[in-house]
Formats: sequence, C-alpha cells, structure tokens
Amino acid sequence: MEKQTIGKSLDSAAGMNNQKNIENNKNNSSVVINRVTDKFSDSKLIIYAHSLLGDDTIVVQPAEIINVMQFLRYDKLLTFDMMIDLTVVDYLGNQQIHPYLSDLRARFEVVYHLYSIDKNHRLRVKAPLMEENAFINSITGIWGGANWFEREAWDLYGIVFQGHPNLRRILLYEEFEGHPLRKEYSKTKRQPLIGPRN
Amino acid sequence: MANNQKNYDFHKESHTEPLEINMGPSHPATHGTVKFYLTLDGETIKDIDVEIGYLHRAFEKECELQHWSGIFPYTDRLDYTAGVLNNVGYALAVEKLIGIETPERCKYIRVIASEMGRLSGHYTNLAACAMELGALTAFLYFVEAREYLWDLIESFCGARLTHNYIRIGGLTSDLPDEFPESTEVVFKKNEKLYDDFAKLLLKNRIFLDRMRDTGGISAELAKEWGFSGPCLRACGVPFDVRKSEPYLVYDKLDFEIPIGSTGDNFDRFLVRMDEIKQSIRIIRQCLKQIPDGPINVDDPMWRQPSKDDINSDMESMIFHFKNVIEGQKVPEGEVYHAIEACNGELGFYLVSNGSGSPVKCRVRPPSFPMTSALPIMVKGSLLADLIPTFDMINLIGGECDR
Repeated sequence: MEKQTIGKSLDSAAGMNNQKNIENNKNNSSVVINRVTDKFSDSKLIIYAHSLLGDDTIVVQPAEIINVMQFLRYDKLLTFDMMIDLTVVDYLGNQQIHPYLSDLRARFEVVYHLYSIDKNHRLRVKAPLMEENAFINSITGIWGGANWFEREAWDLYGIVFQGHPNLRRILLYEEFEGHPLRKEYSKTKRQPLIGPRN
Repeated sequence: MANNQKNYDFHKESHTEPLEINMGPSHPATHGTVKFYLTLDGETIKDIDVEIGYLHRAFEKECELQHWSGIFPYTDRLDYTAGVLNNVGYALAVEKLIGIETPERCKYIRVIASEMGRLSGHYTNLAACAMELGALTAFLYFVEAREYLWDLIESFCGARLTHNYIRIGGLTSDLPDEFPESTEVVFKKNEKLYDDFAKLLLKNRIFLDRMRDTGGISAELAKEWGFSGPCLRACGVPFDVRKSEPYLVYDKLDFEIPIGSTGDNFDRFLVRMDEIKQSIRIIRQCLKQIPDGPINVDDPMWRQPSKDDINSDMESMIFHFKNVIEGQKVPEGEVYHAIEACNGELGFYLVSNGSGSPVKCRVRPPSFPMTSALPIMVKGSLLADLIPTFDMINLIGGECDR
C-alpha cells in the first residue's frame, strides 16, 4: 500500500520529462547506461541517466529498487557482483544541484555504488525519496553486504529500509535522539546522558 | 523428592546451557575498540553480534562544516595506520570533481607516499596479529621496521602518524635532496627485518595451526559481502583498484598482485607479506623514474601559493585571501573516486553545491563491510579462531566508525 503511493506521486511529477531526459543523455553515455535504459525503456522506472565525469549514474523510482538491482546483479552483460557502497544524501536547501529533485519534491537520495569485477565497470544508482515517505525496500536479499550499510543509513539519516532483518542503530547508541546527518540537526545539539546498561 | 526430580532441568543444573559473554569493547587480544556479544557452547561460537561505533566522532558531519581544504587533517584519522593513503584518496576525489590534473612529479611523490602508507599499515597489521597470537618477539621486529619507515616519512612531511601531507592540486612540500639514498638504507634494514619476521612465524607450528583453515570465506560470498583488498585477494580474486582502474602513475609501474587460493587467515597473512615486497618494489621504481618539475598545479585558485608569491603578487594574494576566508569554490556536482588502501577499496563520494564546503563527504571504509561479515566467518568455529580472523580483517576503529 505504502509502496504504491511513493511510485504514484513520483510518476505524476516526473513522468513527462522521463523519456526526454533519457534520450538527451543517451548520446554521450556508456555501455552500461545504454544497456540499462534499453531494458527499462518502456517503463517509467528510470527518471534520469548520465555519465558525468566518467561516473555512470541512473536515477530510479524508489518503489522499483528491487527490480532494478536484481536485473543489475544477474544480467549477463552487467553482472554487478559487488555492492561497494550505500549512503544517503540530504538535499535540504540544495535541490538545485539535481534539477529532477525539485520536480519530484524529493529531499533525500539513497545512493548505491555498484561494481562488477568481471566486467570492470561501475554504476551509481540513486533513488530519490520524499521527506514524508522516507522508506525504501531493503536490498539485503540481493547483496548480504548491504546489511550494515542500511543500518548506518537508518542510524544517521532515519531512512527506513523495509524488509531489513535487523534495522537497529549501528554507530550510535539506542537512546540517541534524532538522526545526526540530517541537515537540520545542529552540531551543538546535546544528547541525554545514559549510565551503563548492565 | 519425586516432585524435584520431575522438574529437574539437566542442562540448567549441569550448566551446559549456552554461555553469553561480552568480549570487549577493550580486550587485550583485539586491536581496535569493538565489542563482541558471544553465545558460546563450550568453546564453540554459536552466535556472535558485533557492536561497533565506539570511535564514532561524526566525521561526515564535521566535513560538511569545513572548507574543502580543511578536511585533510580529518582524513588522516580515518585509517590512522596509513594516514597518507586517506589524504591521497580525498585529494584525488576533489581533483576529479574540479577537473584538474597535478604535475607528473606530484603524481610520483603521491605514489611513493601511498606505498609508504601501505607499508606502514601492513607492518602494523601483521605485527599486531603476531602479538595477539602470542608472538611478541615478531611484533617487535615489524615495529622496528615501521619505526625506520616513519623516520623516512617524517623527513618529507614532518609528521610520523598523522601526515596531512597532500593538498588539493599538490603537496605541502617536496622530497628532501638525499631522499633516494636514505630510502635505500631503510629498505636494506627493513628487508632484513622482514626475513627475520618471516622465519619466526611462517614455519612456526603454533602460528600455522591458529592461522590455517580458520576464518575462511568463499570467493562468491566475499564478493557478495563487499570484501576488497587483501581479504578478497586471499580468496583468489585478483581485484586491485591500482590495476583495474589505474590512478596516478600506477599504469607506468611494474608490480604484481599477489593472490591466495583458500581465503583463510593464513592466505590473508601471506598476501599482505607479499604486498610489502611489491610496495618496496614500486617505491624503488618511482625513485628511478621520478622527473624533476613543479609539485603543485600552477593555478592560485586551487593550490595555495607560496608565501613569497602572496607577498609580491596581487593575484596570489587575492586567491589566498578568498580561499582562506570562503574556501575553494569546487564546482557543483557529485563524484566517486576509489583508491586501493591497505585494507581494500577506499572510496570518497563527494557532493558539492558550488560553495566552499561539501554538501556530503562520504567515505567508503574498506573494513566496515568485512567486519559485518565476521559472523559468517566465525560462526561454528572455536573462540580462539575469532582472534586471528578479526586481526586479518584489520578493523581500524577510526575508519570503520568514522
């Protein structure tokens, strides 16, 4: 139910520009981008794709993250066998960096960096999220290594990864209030002192 | 009496129920501050929960409040056994975002500095591993080697542990004049220490029994769990960022990537031992090939000019003022750049909005995903096997917890 709402709201905002953006960026993009955009060309799943500074990047609908990741990992031509990094960026007040963010009214972006050892290529996958719908499906079923990265993203940004087996804080302690890497969290904010637990 | 016998719980009364203990956060046999919550059946590990974060000091939050050039001292403290490697990784990521390329001499010096960082990291790791398995003598041999190496590092950057040597678009200082000769002297000493260290451990029955066939992982699982560096290469996967995506001048240098076959702790140990030899080989080649020339980009906008220029040249003074007060204006965009650090792929993901500070400065710490796979590697094995496995993952608190 919740998943559908994310998908719909993003569709209506970005659906129109979707195809155009992909076409514009196809000319100067790489093999990886072409393969992915060809595969998902009829759906509105890929919002934006580019390979600026040599980094291939696709922006996808957060509701479809599992489909995309499964394709990227098991496709014969792509074989992204390693999930190198997972992080979140808070674009509060900085939406102008990526024009599609304000179209989608998105505040956060979950950023995945993938690498294929056999093919020696990289891909950055980004999923924009709105502040009120800050949840996305967990990809721990595809790469086990995503487990701690997702816990860290929950800990520091408060993004909920649905289906994660053990979504607890990892770097901070359980009694910590708030998510410190969100832009509104002040550096000088104090936290409650706690005594020893046992 | 009869009633008592009926409720008699054998496991409880004979105390054979699983034992739950905390190991750490500060334990003499683990280097790094980390807590293991263990469930033991006798000496066998039934379950393990790894708790990190004791060294968390808000690296990313601090970076967002610093100027681009003010982040270098923070990066030193990520993997503090090889601080200069983190400097190089960050500098290369920022330079990729700006689109500048440093002069040839600077690239060579950066390679020399990185390989010295790798040597220092591997010396520390291998020595600490030997010590935690009871071989204090072997520890002293490599700590001596590291001491000589740090003297060498001190001669070109003035610091031994937190180097803060690399800058955006260049370096703080050039190599001293007699550097190649003093390097050769140190390498001669270190090669002898290396041989002694190898003799002390590699045919030592106790050491072999504790390292061999413990903490193993298959290549498939290692890839899935995001392993990189020596731990992945020990599984037989020849993945090294220096070869797969050569940065700096690694494509002009002749070196090999040692790999293992079984992926156990002993293979990881041997891969690191061989990498020490390769790093020395790389530094020797660099010192032969290194050209003369400038070490900084010739652009006061990116590389802070020398004090002489600031006092005599108008443009240099303006940029000096602006860069110090406002920070360098790195162009808008995002970038990911990876280098091979001593534990594996160290990546920096930066997002800039065109102002003097980053919107996001993310470090991809190599030991973080490997620590997350620790339960897979040790579940079902003996408690004693946890020590070498944890050593060979080489969790560095500063890097894992940030």
